[in-house]
Amino acid sequence: MTGKRTPVRVGILSGFGINADVELGQAFEQAGAQVVNFPVTSLAESSESLASVQILGFPGGFSFGDHLGSGRVLAQVLRGHLRQHLQRFIERGGLVLGVCNGFQTLVKMGVLPNLGGDWTPEVTLIGNDSGVFQDRWVRVAANPANLSPWLRGLGDLDLPIRHGEGRFQVRDQNLLQALRQQNLVAFTYQGENPNGALEAIAGLTDPTGRILGLMPHPEAFTNRLQHPLWRRRKDVGDLGLTVFRNGVEHCLAQRANPP
Amino acid sequence: MIRMRIEVGYLRPGLDSRGRELGAETLEVYLVDGVAGLTAALVSEVFADPVVQSAYTDASGPLKAPKPDWNVLIEVSFRAGVTNPVALTAREALEIALGRRLEPEATVQSATQWLFQVKDLSQPALTALARSLHNPLIQQAVTLTRAEWDSGMRLPDQYPVVHLGEVPPVETIALTTLDAQALVKLSKSRLLALTLAEMEALQTHYRDGQVQAFRKAAGLPAEPVDLELEMLAQTWSEHCKHKIFAAHIAYTDTTSGKTQAIQSLYSTYIKKTTRDLEPKRKFLRSVFHDNAGVVQFDEQTLVCFKVETHNSPSALDPYGGAITGIVGVNRDILGTGKGAKPIFNTNYLCFGDPNTPAEEIPQGLLHPKTVLRGVHRGIVEGGNHSGIPTVAGGFLFDESYKGKPLVFCGTGGILPATVNGESAWLKHIDAGDLVVMLGGRVGKDGIHGATFSSLALDETSPTSAVQIGDPITQRKMTDFLLEARDQNLFKGITDNGAGGLSSSLGEMAESSGGVRIDLDLCPLKYAGLAPWEILVSESQERMSLAVDPAQLEAFLLLAKKRHTEATVIGEFTSSGRVELTWGGKLIGALSMDFLHKGLPPLQLTATWVPPSRYEIELPELNLGDTLLRLLADPTVASKESFVRQFDHEVQARSVVKPFCGEKMDGPTEGAVLKLRPDSNRGLTVTHGVNPRIGDSDPYQMAWNAVDEAYRAHIALGGHPEQASVLDNFCWPDPVQSAATPDGEYKLAQLVKTCQGLRDACLHYGLPLISGKDSMKNDTNMNGKKLSIRPTLLISLVGVIENVEMAMTTDFLAAGDLLVLLGETRPELAGTTLEKMLAFEVPGAQLAGVPTVRPSLSAKLYQALAGALREGLAASVHDLADGGLGVALAESSLGGRLGAHITLDDLPGAGGTPAQKLFSESPSRFLVSVNPKNLEAFRQAFRGLPAAEIGVVTANTNLTIDNEGTTVLSLAQQELLTAWSSLGRLT
Repeated sequence: MTGKRTPVRVGILSGFGINADVELGQAFEQAGAQVVNFPVTSLAESSESLASVQILGFPGGFSFGDHLGSGRVLAQVLRGHLRQHLQRFIERGGLVLGVCNGFQTLVKMGVLPNLGGDWTPEVTLIGNDSGVFQDRWVRVAANPANLSPWLRGLGDLDLPIRHGEGRFQVRDQNLLQALRQQNLVAFTYQGENPNGALEAIAGLTDPTGRILGLMPHPEAFTNRLQHPLWRRRKDVGDLGLTVFRNGVEHCLAQRANPP
Repeated sequence: MIRMRIEVGYLRPGLDSRGRELGAETLEVYLVDGVAGLTAALVSEVFADPVVQSAYTDASGPLKAPKPDWNVLIEVSFRAGVTNPVALTAREALEIALGRRLEPEATVQSATQWLFQVKDLSQPALTALARSLHNPLIQQAVTLTRAEWDSGMRLPDQYPVVHLGEVPPVETIALTTLDAQALVKLSKSRLLALTLAEMEALQTHYRDGQVQAFRKAAGLPAEPVDLELEMLAQTWSEHCKHKIFAAHIAYTDTTSGKTQAIQSLYSTYIKKTTRDLEPKRKFLRSVFHDNAGVVQFDEQTLVCFKVETHNSPSALDPYGGAITGIVGVNRDILGTGKGAKPIFNTNYLCFGDPNTPAEEIPQGLLHPKTVLRGVHRGIVEGGNHSGIPTVAGGFLFDESYKGKPLVFCGTGGILPATVNGESAWLKHIDAGDLVVMLGGRVGKDGIHGATFSSLALDETSPTSAVQIGDPITQRKMTDFLLEARDQNLFKGITDNGAGGLSSSLGEMAESSGGVRIDLDLCPLKYAGLAPWEILVSESQERMSLAVDPAQLEAFLLLAKKRHTEATVIGEFTSSGRVELTWGGKLIGALSMDFLHKGLPPLQLTATWVPPSRYEIELPELNLGDTLLRLLADPTVASKESFVRQFDHEVQARSVVKPFCGEKMDGPTEGAVLKLRPDSNRGLTVTHGVNPRIGDSDPYQMAWNAVDEAYRAHIALGGHPEQASVLDNFCWPDPVQSAATPDGEYKLAQLVKTCQGLRDACLHYGLPLISGKDSMKNDTNMNGKKLSIRPTLLISLVGVIENVEMAMTTDFLAAGDLLVLLGETRPELAGTTLEKMLAFEVPGAQLAGVPTVRPSLSAKLYQALAGALREGLAASVHDLADGGLGVALAESSLGGRLGAHITLDDLPGAGGTPAQKLFSESPSRFLVSVNPKNLEAFRQAFRGLPAAEIGVVTANTNLTIDNEGTTVLSLAQQELLTAWSSLGRLT
């Protein structure tokens, strides 16, 4: 019997140019979880240990230098080595969070949104409209109609974007229609669209709601001092942390009431 | 085994943002040769994003891309031997898809295809278009017109690869019998870059009876072999031995008539300064002898910091030069102590004026805008891809950098205080430890780095290859190294930069007393390198390590798991020699003692004659127009469009970012980083540089640079007694010769700058913990010599005790009072205003050299630090380029608030309104203070120059009065327009 005192365990991928693994782990720790490092290069071992975690984190970075398209080579590695294990992990209720390069990797693996159920890539993220990498804080709105556990209680929040390839695109209009109908859009950019994303889409969940991918970095806003306006506004909060608390609390609740 | 050309294009128009600016559509091209089992389906899966792209393997890409009406096609690829990270990843991706290593002789290349619809198809126009897309030093472009395509011409299915043939034999070089003339000739013909005195020292060594006896017994020829000469030349190079800073200098100051014999600028002014400060700066850990200076940050953490320059490579290949500079200085940090983790980059970039008319750029030189764009892209990719935030730094534009940009690349790192129970800043290597080379492989890259520009370029000659940093290879190596460090799997580490293995192993061997290098064991990029080339190659992404034989198996196993190549290439010994072997046979040997201590010091003369300056009276100026012009000056103007392309937040430590204010576009003084989630103790990073002040007074130039870095640290809320600085000197050649008739003066400028540096650091208690010099920043073009202004960059790393008290420059609230701290004097020589007025008369300057008044400034800094600790200020902006006028404008813009001030009672020596507004007197701050704190703030500055000059207003205009009259009134939008004028240059 696992009690509430056993912390939720989170596996964080690292290696091959994944860069934001440390702070992604720290954000989950701040939310009360215990973090395990999963080097991609040790997949033989970590695919076994996937069974020991409830959440899997795909951090930001420049896996394989973004060569051949952001997240694409890492997606190829993971599809090759991890597909069955990850499939099982998701089926037994595990949560997945992909931030920035992690989001790019998830969509290029075909695991997000995976409407067809066969891991065929359906959406993608391509070079920003501006043609250049941008690091700036933007306001995003969580989609109230999306019931993903990751989004509970979230409205508008400021988060930094730090990417060169964040322009959301879909395979065809039917797919976009399906994303809308099933309320799978998780976040949209408010105000100026920073990368030319289709319908200003900044984040997406799969139909189970358990897999969330987003371009902005919630792990970079777990402390008010990280907000660029912390000296001007006393109430900037630490809203990025809510995402991690949501993930951890969902796992604890599931533990208390298994589905 | 077929050759395959794979062209990847978008399925629809409007998706390709790379080509858009030029009205082009681009395709990625991959050329694969010698790989069995490739199918169209497999390459499509590997290379194309199925949602938006398609891969064509029948060379039909240009017809199927969303620009079928193109009439010019240009394909850009890398020259043979040039590092191409995309091709390396493409190879890896194929291996992943095929589930096996590719055949060793297989090649994978990549290229970019540009499709244009252009009107003017003249040959010169096509050549110019192709030229704008590539740098011929490292790339080649193939151009096809539509007519040529339609007539059946196609693109190559392979670009040239390196084929070197047999390994050249080791050469023996007659030295002991040469006369002076022949010695000089030998130095020149073999690109040794050694002086006659140095060549004579080599000759004496090889004539020595004991040396002769040893060589005979060891089976070595009596005369030196090529690899010994190369190793000596590299070790004794200006770049590695800092000969000018170590020279004996006879210095005469003609103003005082005094002469002085300086044994070494480095020992006299730099090392001694830090030694003198050591008793009161207990945080110093490792200074001067490691790859970076190391200080104690808190009980658990050490911080190290290093700034390098990469000027000459950046002049020729701005992108490659800059990215190599970044990943190179990152490796310095990786190789510090037991291996540190890079946590920030900070770069200071100096270029010619981006608005220089094209016809004023000498032929053979790149336009400053081209250099800026390339360097900027290198900095963006070097930092972003490595996951290291670019947190601070700056851009400086000055016509003297037209011939050569200055690219200062800085990196800071952290180490745990102890690693496996031992102080992490210590390293020791014992005889019997194995030499391991880690990371990339060895090619001809950067051999004789300094001279590659003069080599003729042709496709078959890989010697033309320059270095291009590959962040992703280094990233994997970094992950592995930090893991191996924590598992105690190696004992010593240093990076391979300039001079390659020769330099890194030569240095490491000092610890054990000798080394044997088995050159034939070094993994190569391609076969056929001569032993001496392997020894001095500057191929990137490599570290040298000392591994205990007992740990070797575990070390190699982890390296393999982390996809990092590691090879044992020798052994540390106590033989007193560097022994070089090939196939188990000794092919060269050098005494460690001679290698490191045999270099005779240079004997130089420096004579200070005050420069003949011609003072021009400040012309009548419209203050408003002048302020707007200053705000639009490239050095002052907003660089937001450049800086937003740097990831400044990865690793999640930034508390003060490059921008602040209501719209997040105001400038900040530098960076504040919160190093650990569980502590509010933070780090500050700032810089200071003032080359134009050196035109009239190099001594004050140094004082101003130190003062600027230190006052920015104070303005951020830094602790006045917890800061350390780095010195980076970039100079034109200061050695008197036919080519440098004013060498004695330039060397005297260096002496005076060193004196200023010492005095300023001693006065403020700022230990110099690391530094570097680059002493040949001249360019010869068409017989005309372009020399940079002598430049001293000060980079500071300090402590802020509580990051919650960190300051930014933006005004916070209307009604806050404005206080000007410090004395304003009519000091306009070497200022931004002087540069802007661009006097045509040589030597013309405005009156008054900005001069630091040390006794006053130190007190002021203490008082301000105290007031900030108490939270008495709302904003702090230090006064620098453009003086009070620019600082006021920037703080207003940051806060999107206005200000109303008067110039009536500024402490200092008075002057006209223009002098008061644009003087660059050092040691000043503009502070806004909430009225409720005013009394306490006044108390804190009792007896110090602190003038209440005005108020922050809700009305966003900037209004300045003098003696009852409004002398300047500008709307915020005018300020913003001027300040944003640089736009998107990059």
